[in-house]
Amino acid sequence: MKRIWLAMLVVFGALFGGAALAQGVTLHISCGAVGQELTLCKEETQAWAKQTGNTVIVVSTPNSTTDRLALYQQQLGAQSDAVDVYQIDVTYPGILGSYFIDLSKYFSQSDLSNYIPAYIQNDQYEGKQIAVPWFADAGVLYYRKDLLQKYGYTSPPTTWAELTSMAQKIQAGERAAGNDKFWGFVWQGNSYEGLTCDALEWIYSYGGGTIVDPQGNITINNEKAAQALSMAASWVNTISPPGVLSYQEEEARGVWQAGNAAFMRNWPYAYSLGESADSPIKGKFDIAVLPKASTADGQHAATLGGWQLAVSRFSKHPAQAAALVKYLTSKDVEIERAVKGSFEPSWPSLYTNAQVDAAYPFFARLHDVFASAVARPSTATRDKYNQVSSAFWTAVHNVLSGQAQANQALGGLEQQLTRIKGAGW
Amino acid sequence: MQQTAVKKRTAKGELSLEARRARTAWLFLAPSLIVVLLVAGYPLYRTIQLSLTQTNLLQFPLKSHFVGLLNYKFLLQDSQWWDSVKNTVIFTVFSVSIETLLGLGIALLVNAKFPGRGAMRTAMLIPWAIPTVVSAQMWRWMYNDVYGVINDLMMKVGLSHKAYAWLANPKLMLPAVISVDVWKTTPFMALLLLAGLQTIPNELYEAGRVDGATPWQNFLRVTLPLLRPALLIALIFRTLDALRVFDVIYVMTGTNPTTMSMAVYSRQQLVDFGALGYGSALSVGIFVIIAIFVVIYVVSLRVEVD
Repeated sequence: MKRIWLAMLVVFGALFGGAALAQGVTLHISCGAVGQELTLCKEETQAWAKQTGNTVIVVSTPNSTTDRLALYQQQLGAQSDAVDVYQIDVTYPGILGSYFIDLSKYFSQSDLSNYIPAYIQNDQYEGKQIAVPWFADAGVLYYRKDLLQKYGYTSPPTTWAELTSMAQKIQAGERAAGNDKFWGFVWQGNSYEGLTCDALEWIYSYGGGTIVDPQGNITINNEKAAQALSMAASWVNTISPPGVLSYQEEEARGVWQAGNAAFMRNWPYAYSLGESADSPIKGKFDIAVLPKASTADGQHAATLGGWQLAVSRFSKHPAQAAALVKYLTSKDVEIERAVKGSFEPSWPSLYTNAQVDAAYPFFARLHDVFASAVARPSTATRDKYNQVSSAFWTAVHNVLSGQAQANQALGGLEQQLTRIKGAGW
Repeated sequence: MQQTAVKKRTAKGELSLEARRARTAWLFLAPSLIVVLLVAGYPLYRTIQLSLTQTNLLQFPLKSHFVGLLNYKFLLQDSQWWDSVKNTVIFTVFSVSIETLLGLGIALLVNAKFPGRGAMRTAMLIPWAIPTVVSAQMWRWMYNDVYGVINDLMMKVGLSHKAYAWLANPKLMLPAVISVDVWKTTPFMALLLLAGLQTIPNELYEAGRVDGATPWQNFLRVTLPLLRPALLIALIFRTLDALRVFDVIYVMTGTNPTTMSMAVYSRQQLVDFGALGYGSALSVGIFVIIAIFVVIYVVSLRVEVD
């Protein structure tokens, strides 16, 4: 009798292969390692591995988005199956889209409608859903509650003109009070991807479009965009330090967190750092939606950041990889990530979730920010996005540093973008 | 005797001694030559081959088509490339000449006998020992206009009344980057020159002193001529190194056109834009420019040796 059972087992084993009976498949996922990212990623993937009987190995990657892109390009360009699930930046879908599988096979329309629509749109490549948003990020305005109150303001500025006059008044007052290092407004003005994010917010808030529109037309050379850039150029050396033209996120935060600025444009990550125990501005600041232009068609704008999960087309186990993506971007995991690591969920409904709000009250205000989110034109410009962005930030930097007038710089930029576009994106 | 013997054998159709020697020499050289061909020759060949194509690294499947000299034609008209060449040459000329002068001064100083000389020689190497990426980031913070220590010191000492934005002001950016390179690489220059100084026998200075030469005359007539070979080698090393400059500029000012070097521009095309074809053409351009400098140096060095 025993022998018959054994024989049947052998037959079954032969029929369904080792995988069905043994430990399942092995997946590799690339996770970021900024702050708590890596720890959380390991915990979550292990939980999934335990549930499904598969094995997940976490591969850590460089922190800088440019370096990570370079690494992915090498791996994918070599058609390597070393990584199944990639954590990709919001600008990668257009650049690397041809390397990822269509996830709409695994996610239904109603599944996808749970996520912030701007991301779902951003993560499409040639009509395919090549990625699903994991956590969100967007530009926000930080302001000093204590200083606004001190100078008689009851609410944060809603227009750029208001911000400028408030910054001037506070800066003059604080300097007269003895802090000669005090500045009104700090942001990211270095010539790099961050300047593209900041400048897109100014231009979009003036109704000046998104550099290249979703149909791929070059729209940047317009009067509203020029007005927006002239406004920003007027800040340099008046309410913003001259060195702002070399600042990235961390330099801006350096000035802000030391208590030397009234306003800052930055990403939400600076919030928890500003609230840390040894921070001089702990409890003295809050965040709001970035201001808009005072004109009739002015609108709030926040450049989208954030990270997505995508499955490599070279993966040997696309179905399991897609299941892992589905698990990691599920409601429960996103709540856990928000509470444990202050990662902004990609589910809009979670910004009013009681559990999340109890841990981070400022998340409720981010809901408005994401409502005004604007994506960089990476989907439209595809693999030429980096060239477009580089040409854009260089032109903007020239205006900010006074080497060119806004109109003239935008005209030159349009020509340059036309050349980059060539026969099409 | 020997000569006639050699001639005899040659007459018989055997290899002459000279030819046999040459063959043995080639045999001994072969391993190194093969290694050089593999690690230097093949990549160079591939780069030149790629530079004649239009290849986009960012597309799957990888498409590559032959375009002849189109990339080079564009390179000649590309103002960003010529700006980066200009930046690199300015960077090289200023950094290498300042480093040589300072390095020579320091080498003379630590060549003299004084208590604590060993400790001094070790300490002076510290800037050179710190990885460039680390020290460049450090300097970036020190140059900051609001919380940077350099502005703070200058204002405290009374050198200036206002804070300078070292890495934002187009006029100050390149000088700021050059001074970091000078800070970092002067020790290397000093080390090479110190080695040269130590080969000069002391008797020559004593002879000079006996003949009544002043220290200045001793320096001009004894030290400098004898140091020349070491000086030239140090100059070649540093010039070729400076022409390839990447890390200090990339970390401090990124791809800002005001300071962009040839290597930074080529990396931007190759990595950020995935333009394998044009990026390779730029790499060949860098190769040609460095080759020009090598020829200039080698010619002047040969004149020196003769």
